[in-house]
Amino acid sequence: MIEAPAPLPPAATGLRGQARWRGLAGNRLMAAGGLMAALIVIVALLAPLIAPLPGDADTATHPFLVLHPPSARHWFGTDQVGRDVFSRVLYGARVSPLIAAAVLVFACAIGIPLGICAGYFGGWLDEVIMRVTDIFLAFPPLLLALAFAAVLPASLTSLTIAIGITWWPWYTRLIRGQAASVAGRAYIESCRALGIPRRRIILRHILPNSITPLIVQVSLDVGGVILTASALSFLGLGAQDPTPDWGLMVSEGESYFTTAWWVVTFPGIAILLTAFAFNLLGDGLRDLLDPRRDLLR
Amino acid sequence: MIVYVARRLALAVVVVAGVIALTFVVARVVPGDPAATWAGPHASAAQLAAARRFLGLDRPPAAQLLAYFAGILTGNWGVSIHTHQPVLSDIGTAAPASLELVSAALIMAIAAGIPLGLVSARWPGRSLDHAIRAGSILGVSMPIFWMALILQLVFAQRLRLLPAAGEYSSGLLFTHPLARHTGFDVIDALITGNWPMLGSTLSHLALPAVVVAAYPAGLITRLVRAQVLDTIGETHVQMIRALGFPERAVFGRFAMKLAWNPVAAAVALVFGYSLVNTFLVESIFDWPGLGSYTAASVSSLDTPAILGVTLFIALVYVAANLIVDIIQAGLDPRIRLR
Repeated sequence: MIEAPAPLPPAATGLRGQARWRGLAGNRLMAAGGLMAALIVIVALLAPLIAPLPGDADTATHPFLVLHPPSARHWFGTDQVGRDVFSRVLYGARVSPLIAAAVLVFACAIGIPLGICAGYFGGWLDEVIMRVTDIFLAFPPLLLALAFAAVLPASLTSLTIAIGITWWPWYTRLIRGQAASVAGRAYIESCRALGIPRRRIILRHILPNSITPLIVQVSLDVGGVILTASALSFLGLGAQDPTPDWGLMVSEGESYFTTAWWVVTFPGIAILLTAFAFNLLGDGLRDLLDPRRDLLR
Repeated sequence: MIVYVARRLALAVVVVAGVIALTFVVARVVPGDPAATWAGPHASAAQLAAARRFLGLDRPPAAQLLAYFAGILTGNWGVSIHTHQPVLSDIGTAAPASLELVSAALIMAIAAGIPLGLVSARWPGRSLDHAIRAGSILGVSMPIFWMALILQLVFAQRLRLLPAAGEYSSGLLFTHPLARHTGFDVIDALITGNWPMLGSTLSHLALPAVVVAAYPAGLITRLVRAQVLDTIGETHVQMIRALGFPERAVFGRFAMKLAWNPVAAAVALVFGYSLVNTFLVESIFDWPGLGSYTAASVSSLDTPAILGVTLFIALVYVAANLIVDIIQAGLDPRIRLR
């Protein structure tokens, strides 16, 4: 006689209930984040069509319109050389997210191959790569990026390189752990026994099976990179005038802030909303794809 | 335990050596030719060679690195270009103000983050939970240099509730002079019983500390929520419930107990982050700490000063992580065996 399956122990259902709550709470916030992020991308793509004064995102200046408060004509007012802040904020959506994308691609391009090598081959190679990441991780991220950006000539390219150099070790660590655990599984052993070339094992088996946590982490990092980049631009180490970078706009408006609040306020709100949107999205993605991951990486 | 501490210490020494080497690389290799910078744009070939000899650049890189190490270890961290003082003594002067600011911010962040995280985990999925979750993500998404400017405008300039800048009202120095003992103004005022000065330092500390607290408060809230939700389903916590302990105690005492370790690790981590975040906040509030010093160094392209601060904060960060690791290993024997 076949026995009926035993009911699940209550502890298990309790756990599942909590996990479900985490997911549900995440989903609504994630949808909001996704919507905001999509809006920002649309604004970036359509900036030349929706900005009332596209020339103001460039070298145009208007000496007779300096620091006018928000009005029907200039929704966000004008800045210290008379440019329309609204147009510049819209164009700024083309700068920050693009820097974030470049930094993350750069960091993945260094971090993934190193992590795969360390995890798959192990031994002294693993030891060397991991000690190097230890050294990089001994700096808070903004600090090392600042040191690199300070010695490089100030430009968006330097900024991207400076942040990218500080960001890759996180990805190397993450991929290494995954790759090492995948490399120990039986099916990889069978691949080797079948004489499949090492290149193919790494590219077709190790990499795809190690990548999910990295995707989650990259999506969580978009907001952080945007904040780091805007902070460095605020310190004068990134974009240079007339680039419509939000951090730079806040920095330029700082001197006039007590009398002209709008020059600082609107670009700052843009940074906050962009970072918030991508953080909500990344947080929701983590709950969906990788719920066991802890918040400290 | 001794073996664990020794191993962690040895690893920290390796990391510190690497950190020093990395700042050397940034200082010597990245900017191209320091001799050309030092000698100026119109230097002749002979002057350039003299500059190279003077800066030790004609020696092999390994010898240069050794000389750099020797300098760091003997306290010769170079001379700042904008203050003309040794970098290490500049850091010594500026550090207490920053440590005071960061400590105040972290105390606020813990005081806000733990209760918020617990409330959020107590009623998951309710609107209060949504609001706290969104609020905590907003905290970690905050461009704090912007938040500093906005709070300064609203609370100092418009509402006139709090002072806009500085560490204390300088007028008080005539009536209630501050005796220096520790270098930390709040503590000095407290231990000498200088109440008007204490009030002034605390009110000056409020705005910058709230700004620096935004990120750690968000992080700790999220961490406590996640940790407590993970714990609450476990058998020992269900046992506590079954024994009839009130829900308050189940969450606040028993579920929270397992969240303390990750919170301590997070505090060590955000201590370093927050020291760096003072770079963005201090100059706005005219706070005479490391942040103002670094911001001034950045705008005057003062490489020795920037690298000195970078090295200093990296060392503090390594030390903070080491201390937390050792305390955690003392509390939790499982960690020692890892």
